[in-house]
Amino acid sequence: MAKKTGQVIDFASIKATMSDPYKKTFQIVDKDAKIVNQELFDTFSDDQLVDFMKKMVWERTLHEQTMNFSRQGRLGFYAPTYGEEASEMGSVSAFKDQDFLFPAYRDLPQLIQHGASVAQGFLWSKGNAVGDDYGEQRNWFPQIIIGAQYVEAAGAALGIKKNGEKDAVSFVYTGDGGTSQGDFYEGVNFASSFQAPAVFMVQNNGWAISVPRYKQTAAETLAQKAVAMGVPSIQVDGMDILATYIATKEAREFAAAGNGPVLVETLTYRYGAHSSAGDDPSRYRTKEEEKPWFDADPLIRMRKILTDKGLWSQDQEDKLVEEYKDSFKASMKEAENTPTQSVVDMLKTTFEEPTPQIKADIARFEAKESK
Amino acid sequence: MAKLTYIKAITDGLDVVLGEDPKTLIFGEDVGKNGGVFRTTEGLQDKYGEDRVFDTPLAESGILGLSIGLAATGWRPIPEIQFMGFTFEGVDSIGGQMARNRFRFSGKRAMPITIRTPFGGGTHTAEMHADNLENYFVGTPGLRVVTPANPYDAKGMVISAVENNDPVLFMENLKLYRSMKDEIPEGKYTVPLDTAKVVHEGSDITIVAYSAEVNEALKVADKLAKENISAEVIDLRSLSPIDTDTIFKSVEKTHKVVVVQEAQKMAGVGAQVTAEIAENAIMNLDAPIGRVAAPDSVYPWAQVENDWIPNADDIEAKAREILNY
Repeated sequence: MAKKTGQVIDFASIKATMSDPYKKTFQIVDKDAKIVNQELFDTFSDDQLVDFMKKMVWERTLHEQTMNFSRQGRLGFYAPTYGEEASEMGSVSAFKDQDFLFPAYRDLPQLIQHGASVAQGFLWSKGNAVGDDYGEQRNWFPQIIIGAQYVEAAGAALGIKKNGEKDAVSFVYTGDGGTSQGDFYEGVNFASSFQAPAVFMVQNNGWAISVPRYKQTAAETLAQKAVAMGVPSIQVDGMDILATYIATKEAREFAAAGNGPVLVETLTYRYGAHSSAGDDPSRYRTKEEEKPWFDADPLIRMRKILTDKGLWSQDQEDKLVEEYKDSFKASMKEAENTPTQSVVDMLKTTFEEPTPQIKADIARFEAKESK
Repeated sequence: MAKLTYIKAITDGLDVVLGEDPKTLIFGEDVGKNGGVFRTTEGLQDKYGEDRVFDTPLAESGILGLSIGLAATGWRPIPEIQFMGFTFEGVDSIGGQMARNRFRFSGKRAMPITIRTPFGGGTHTAEMHADNLENYFVGTPGLRVVTPANPYDAKGMVISAVENNDPVLFMENLKLYRSMKDEIPEGKYTVPLDTAKVVHEGSDITIVAYSAEVNEALKVADKLAKENISAEVIDLRSLSPIDTDTIFKSVEKTHKVVVVQEAQKMAGVGAQVTAEIAENAIMNLDAPIGRVAAPDSVYPWAQVENDWIPNADDIEAKAREILNY
């Protein structure tokens, strides 16, 4: 007798087990600063550990100082990075100069670590083209149309492969919301189809403005989305800078060796608002939800580990914060002393050779802007 | 010299640029082994190899985003979007991304990308295969939009488009693909991307057209000539920017003008030409500007396509109306 429809294929158990390989988040140091993978922890030198801590203090201080400048009305759009220091600094620490970086708007700290200046970060926020002028650096502008950076990064990865570059990859960042975009799938799939050296970073900070991660997809992890495109992936504790660094570094090595792209999901949290322009998280989430993430703060656990090893002190950190603040103030001066862009400049860079209509506009604005 | 169709003239032009510049790449859906669904890239993969001419996964935003990343790493991409209707899937890559990148990078990074795509009605295609979508793209700063109306221009303009350091949307007319032949010089020659061409000289009325409508306008010019009415026909060739000098010069001579397009009338190329004439040359006119365009409906089903597309009769009627004003 034939089985009844609904009993032949056990979709229920397929659904229940399909995420199993992704259920163990990669971690080296847990939220209580307990080392959960001693063997990997021991691969880091004291200098490296201190350097990671310094980078996180740098990013957090940059955030705090940027918020100050923002409150003073000295900046435009800013997407706070508060809480994502381990995810951002851990991953960018695995980059090499020859790697191409395609950031999104919350990834300015990585852009700066990869060669752009802090002043350029401020200029980008203020709306000055100098902010995006990276010269010969393999940096791309912070993407606003979320998803677009993924397909572009796939193209750069293919370009790198066609150039015959032996030790370079294309790095690209998006967030949890970004993984819902069609371009997310197209980018990962193109890189997979061409087996091009791309490393796709997904910084899952829990929120796409006011929409929580669980509303983006019923998939248990974002990392497992890569499986459908034939791309290996891992979910990492994005509040653990050491785990994030190791995962990104090994993803990079795998891709650079010609094995095709990799995807890394970092579990992190956006402590602050979506942007400095009026978003208020209290409209859509509670303090109770936020608390465990603040308890899991990447700086707290690293500070404890370093202090226990006698490599760090509060004094030292306070001094460092002051040094960074001074340097950011100097960068802001530099940004403020940078000439404002003119409409004429914009018109001149619309095409290589201005069209007759643009030439007429240039003449009009030369007259207007010389007044 | 050989007599070539519009489509083979484009193939010939692509052969020239692939041969000349090792950084050029052709890619898209079915462009490799199959040589494109219309055979525009036929033989090119065999000649230049799979590294230079290759198939991609089926995703237009992916194809165009890929172009941007390839350009960022030193390549000169020539992506094909199989039908212009499919560009809807890639509008951000064009308008939001590649067209803005020179400006974003202070003029220091170029996007030398030529997007080839077939369009245009009259061949009874499936839905979304024939639409004239230039109206969507001509208002995009940083993007050139061009379309040749004959095989000679097709080869010369595709070479110019690829050599240009800005993104070019290169629209190929489906109906013209195999319906026209020209003597095509061997090897390299170029046709400028930003100039209109007077394809029939005249002194009584100017007819401005582009793509397949140029042939319709030429039929009208021949017919009017039998009555000793001298019509000047201008082929725009470039839809953005528009070569207004050539138009103004003609209008100064004829004092009458009809602007023709196959696309719907609303806010498009014809509207821009009309506005330019009204703004800058109206004192040279002694009649209103005549316009011939498709009605403002969705592109029609195949069975009514021939009624919908403006033809020589429509142009002739409008020209007579303006001549007799």
